[in-house]
Amino acid sequence: MTAFFQSLGLPHEWAWTVATVAAIVIVSLLVMFSVAMVIYVDRKVLGAIMLRRGPNVVGPFGLLQSFADGLKVFLQETIIPSAANKGIFLLAPIITFTVALAAWAVIPFWDGGVIADINVGLLYILAISSMGVYGVVMSGWASNSKYPFFSAMRASAQMISYEVSIGFVLVCVVLFAGTFNLSGIVNAQQGFGLGLINAYAIHPLLFPMWVVFFISALAETARAPFDLTEAESELVAGYQTEYSSMSFALFWLGEYANILLMCSLNTLLFWGGWLPPLDIPVLYAVPGIIWFLLKTFVFFFMFSWIWATVPRYRYDQLMRLGWKVFLPMSLLFVAATSGYLMAIGHFA
Amino acid sequence: MIQAIAFYFFATIVVASAVMVVMARNPVHSVLWLIMAFFNAAGLMVLVGAEFIAMLLVIVYVGAVAVLFLFVVMMLDIDFAAMRAGIARNAPLGLLIAAVLLAELLLALGAYHAGGLTLGTPDGSAMPAADTSNIEALGALLYGRYIALFEIAGIILLVAMIGAIVLTFQPPKPGARARQDVGKQIRRRPEEATVMKNPGIGQGVEL
Repeated sequence: MTAFFQSLGLPHEWAWTVATVAAIVIVSLLVMFSVAMVIYVDRKVLGAIMLRRGPNVVGPFGLLQSFADGLKVFLQETIIPSAANKGIFLLAPIITFTVALAAWAVIPFWDGGVIADINVGLLYILAISSMGVYGVVMSGWASNSKYPFFSAMRASAQMISYEVSIGFVLVCVVLFAGTFNLSGIVNAQQGFGLGLINAYAIHPLLFPMWVVFFISALAETARAPFDLTEAESELVAGYQTEYSSMSFALFWLGEYANILLMCSLNTLLFWGGWLPPLDIPVLYAVPGIIWFLLKTFVFFFMFSWIWATVPRYRYDQLMRLGWKVFLPMSLLFVAATSGYLMAIGHFA
Repeated sequence: MIQAIAFYFFATIVVASAVMVVMARNPVHSVLWLIMAFFNAAGLMVLVGAEFIAMLLVIVYVGAVAVLFLFVVMMLDIDFAAMRAGIARNAPLGLLIAAVLLAELLLALGAYHAGGLTLGTPDGSAMPAADTSNIEALGALLYGRYIALFEIAGIILLVAMIGAIVLTFQPPKPGARARQDVGKQIRRRPEEATVMKNPGIGQGVEL
């Protein structure tokens, strides 16, 4: 894109700046559009599993439902509780939303299709996603109300717990790939399985780690069965209870953008990103972004599927799973993976 | 040029938020300003090309330490009047500490201007090759040259962790509610847990 703006007669620095800003705007808009579509898909899948129709009124097949909802919340009045801490109350949804968008800067959509191809891409994702908890904690505290506060407490403990095991899972992947750069990790997966399959997840040492990552991703995004932060049967709506109109919508959009991010991370780290599933030349005729979107969508479908089928965890069960099952298991696998890689001379 | 602008931008925010940490009336606001300071310090790290340290700063301090801070501070029951009442009593001590810190700062500045110390290994043997990435350079140093120190630091942290666990661990008191056995809960069948009773009209049920 820099080259295009240079051809318009801009000097290199300016062309780069304009190109980067343009890329940020395009990616943000596309992510927002995908979020709108994915909310529709979520409701449709849920409807299908529950033997009802889901949204079907606005537009053909209800396709425009999310946009209608967006317009609705946009026109509503923002209500701020009089006892709330106003500044932080308004800042919280903005943080959730910004953080959810910022993480997309290092996601490669196809080979080279990334805004910032930085060396520490994976660490950047970890850093940004660990910021996400502040939106929830701040909103819970600033609402000055019981249920949001309980929810904030739960959220902070939950996210810290599962970030630990996610960190160890990522270490396993990085050991195999030898880089923190997401494009590098995807490229290292080409022909990984018997020279044919482009995926890390088929390795016996990495498949259990993928399962841990997938479940931790559910917990990290507070998705069912780990949606204890907004457990509607106990906490009304959790941290969102006091929010209305646009401030509520920002939480919603941020939440789904995070879910999409986790789905795309599943794709990039374990299932070959933009590479076709099999390392066959014919399959490379399909553009990389199609494979990427297809794989991400499959994971999103799994997220909805789980939401529709699995009952919510109890809080102590959630903590037990994180600290007593996933943490020892992922630690063990870090040791096993590094031992195995040393034994086969991977680092030589 | 743009580096200078970015540096002064981040540095100003760091200093301003650090001031706000002290000045803020509400402790929760203090912690939030502290997070702001951490985040912008990470920005400064990126500016000097230490992107790995920057990311670690955000992951460790913003992502974990500050969350726990916030967690504790949010649950405090604070009486603002009582807090302000203590100022007069604690002011001398506070001023003393401030004076000591200022003196140290001036001393450090003086030492720096007088030639100071050379940081790192004077013979330059720890210098990484120019084209290695942050992570590789750090890894080579930590796991090569400084492996002993690194391992010792690790052991100390491990001991500290075990110490904290031992200090806070309370063995289950006799007579306390029994611990949950998840396997047992899952294996439980309706036949063992429920009984069918068919009481006659006007009669109670004895369980």
